[in-house]
Amino acid sequence: MDNIVILIRYGEIHLKGLNRPFFENTLVRNIRHALAGFDNAEVLKGEGRFYVKGIEPQRIDEAIARIRKVFGIVSISVAAQADKDMDVIKAVSVEQMKRAYEAGNTTFKVESRRSDKTFPYKSPDISREVGGHILENIDGLKVDVHTPDVVLNIEIRENAYIYYDRIDGPGGMPVGTAGKAMLLISGGIDSPVAGYMIAKRGVELSAVHYYSFPYTSQRARDKVEDICRILSGYTGPIKIHMVPFTDIQQTIYERCPDNQLTILTRRFMMRIAQKLAVQNGCKAIVTGESIGQVASQTMDSLTVTEAAVDMLVLRPLIAFDKVEIMDAAKRIGTYETSILPYEDCCTVFLPRHPVTKPKLEMIEQSERLLDIEGLEQHAIENMEIVTIRA
Amino acid sequence: MPKEVYLDNSATTAVLPQAVQDMDECFLRSYGNPSSLHQKGIEAERILKYARHIIADSIGADDKSIIFTGSGTEANNLAIQGVAHAYARIGKHLITTSIEHPSVLNTFKALEDEGFSVSYIGADRYGNIDMDEMNAAIRDDTVLVSVMYVNNEVGSILPVQDIGQLLKRCDHRIIFHIDAVQAYGKLSLKPLIPFADLMTISAHKIHGPKGIAALYMRDGVRIKPIIYGGGQERDIRSGTENVPGAAGFAAAAGALSAESADYLLNLKQMLAKGILEAVPNANINGPDVDKGAPHILNISFNGVRGEVLVHALEQEGIYVSTGSACSSRKQKVSHVLKAMGLPTASCESAIRFSLSTLNTQDDIEYTIDAVRHIVPSLMRFSRR
Repeated sequence: MDNIVILIRYGEIHLKGLNRPFFENTLVRNIRHALAGFDNAEVLKGEGRFYVKGIEPQRIDEAIARIRKVFGIVSISVAAQADKDMDVIKAVSVEQMKRAYEAGNTTFKVESRRSDKTFPYKSPDISREVGGHILENIDGLKVDVHTPDVVLNIEIRENAYIYYDRIDGPGGMPVGTAGKAMLLISGGIDSPVAGYMIAKRGVELSAVHYYSFPYTSQRARDKVEDICRILSGYTGPIKIHMVPFTDIQQTIYERCPDNQLTILTRRFMMRIAQKLAVQNGCKAIVTGESIGQVASQTMDSLTVTEAAVDMLVLRPLIAFDKVEIMDAAKRIGTYETSILPYEDCCTVFLPRHPVTKPKLEMIEQSERLLDIEGLEQHAIENMEIVTIRA
Repeated sequence: MPKEVYLDNSATTAVLPQAVQDMDECFLRSYGNPSSLHQKGIEAERILKYARHIIADSIGADDKSIIFTGSGTEANNLAIQGVAHAYARIGKHLITTSIEHPSVLNTFKALEDEGFSVSYIGADRYGNIDMDEMNAAIRDDTVLVSVMYVNNEVGSILPVQDIGQLLKRCDHRIIFHIDAVQAYGKLSLKPLIPFADLMTISAHKIHGPKGIAALYMRDGVRIKPIIYGGGQERDIRSGTENVPGAAGFAAAAGALSAESADYLLNLKQMLAKGILEAVPNANINGPDVDKGAPHILNISFNGVRGEVLVHALEQEGIYVSTGSACSSRKQKVSHVLKAMGLPTASCESAIRFSLSTLNTQDDIEYTIDAVRHIVPSLMRFSRR
């Protein structure tokens, strides 16, 4: 197959009226980024779809694997591109169906679409002619118009495109079409899934990670980078703000009641995330919280945590079970990395009996014992920024 | 950039410049395969032969008793599996201790799965073993005893000479393997040669490269190989010889000095004294300072998690290791400290300082200072 073209169909962005060129251009840009390293790849706009040309045949699978992660894509087909000549179309169709037959398919039908009305055959005629030709040339294949194993598609557009497979894309909206958000990422299972879900709605991600050297090691930070690298296959580059958190934890530990340590810590994380979000032009904070998962995620705790900021807080996992989150993490590909053990001695700062129904006034009273502004400023001044690309 | 003080020499060591230079020569010029017939091969064979001689000499053994392997772990596997399988028809009982390196313990565990029976001699709080228990463990079907000379975590020196005598007095032949990886270069191994049948030494603990070690094997001992191939290393360990590794190993072995033990002991005494003064509730795990190996000092800083202290010292450029690792998933506590009967709190706060001749008194003073100011500040934070 010399003239391979990857056909890309996109979905929701049809709905967007005047914004359509912006959405399409963003999606094309994202596909181009996903194909970095494919030097001859070209992404072309067609009628309601895109074509990728110039991929070496032996790297098709790799290209598909990358394109499949681009949000906004509904489905992908690997098509043979042929001249708009009936004999050529027939020959290429037979080639395609031989492949389908070898893959174990025994019944088929042909479906044709002709958007180029200058082509002398009408759609039903193309299907009939090509179908007959296939039956003559491949023994063992039968036509089944109701439940065929495989449908051979023939599309007559600028060129003829012939294909039988259809690979699902991730759906969603192109990243970059819905603004930016700041993801709190921990290295656990939940936060990458939360980031994935928000990015799928077209939101570009920045991330913030709080580390507590010497209570956590450099390896914990490396792990967060590894997770973001996997995530960035879907979302594009992610800028991670690595914020040192030890001073804050130690200060809370020394000045505030034990059972409030976690909730006070969460509020610091939210406030710093909001500051970084503003600096980076983000319109929301994203967390991996889910109701009731731990003491700091009861509705009372979430209320108090949320009250620390004015910004929109998105919690896409709020009603997910742990098992559902784990399944999603496995699909995305972050699970294996998330469960790798890493040193975490921050248990020192975890109260044995945390409050599950904190009252905002009590928490704010404790915060008056702390130089919040100074601690946060110091943490931000000492943060490092790492940009991760897939 | 803070000063760098590397005190994790029982994990691995910096490679001597001379070793690097000799290896460089092997990589760039004498890169032949010793099995090749031509001049390039002969040149490589000569280097290997010379390296074997220097290394044999460093333990007072014959050149032909040295089998090169890819690691100390491999040498231990080869010795233990090799003897167990070669002598299985004579007996299937093996003896080792509960404080061996994982490369020994896990090999015995695997042999247990194959149907061998293994006795694990317990340890006391000094990291030593009881000779009576060893004596009592010996059976008519015992074919192998494997004991380390120096424990890698607490630096205890095990009574291998006594065990050697004991085995000699047995009325049947029992093969004696000594894991001397941590002792090599610090204690003389020459006195062990008369009764050791097999002995493991490794290059990267003595400022040689990683990826090469050796098994000393007395003439007449049979072992079944675990790697088959072109018959290198007297058919016992096939695989193209690691000529650069051997050259680097030899350079490191050649640089060993009998005086280093005194030098190391002096540093260790200084470090122990300084730390115990700086941190009153710190305590030494394992043998008394003067009784253990001269380069390993294991101390518990009760109230501070070992790995937290590792990272805090790292910020000062000081590199040490810990007997436990608190993990996001489960606690791993050193099997050695546990076998010695230490309370969990001591296990979790244990730090191993391991010295090399590259360390200076200045390094030790710097470390004591760091411990003095870091430990009390970490002690303020413990789970409430």
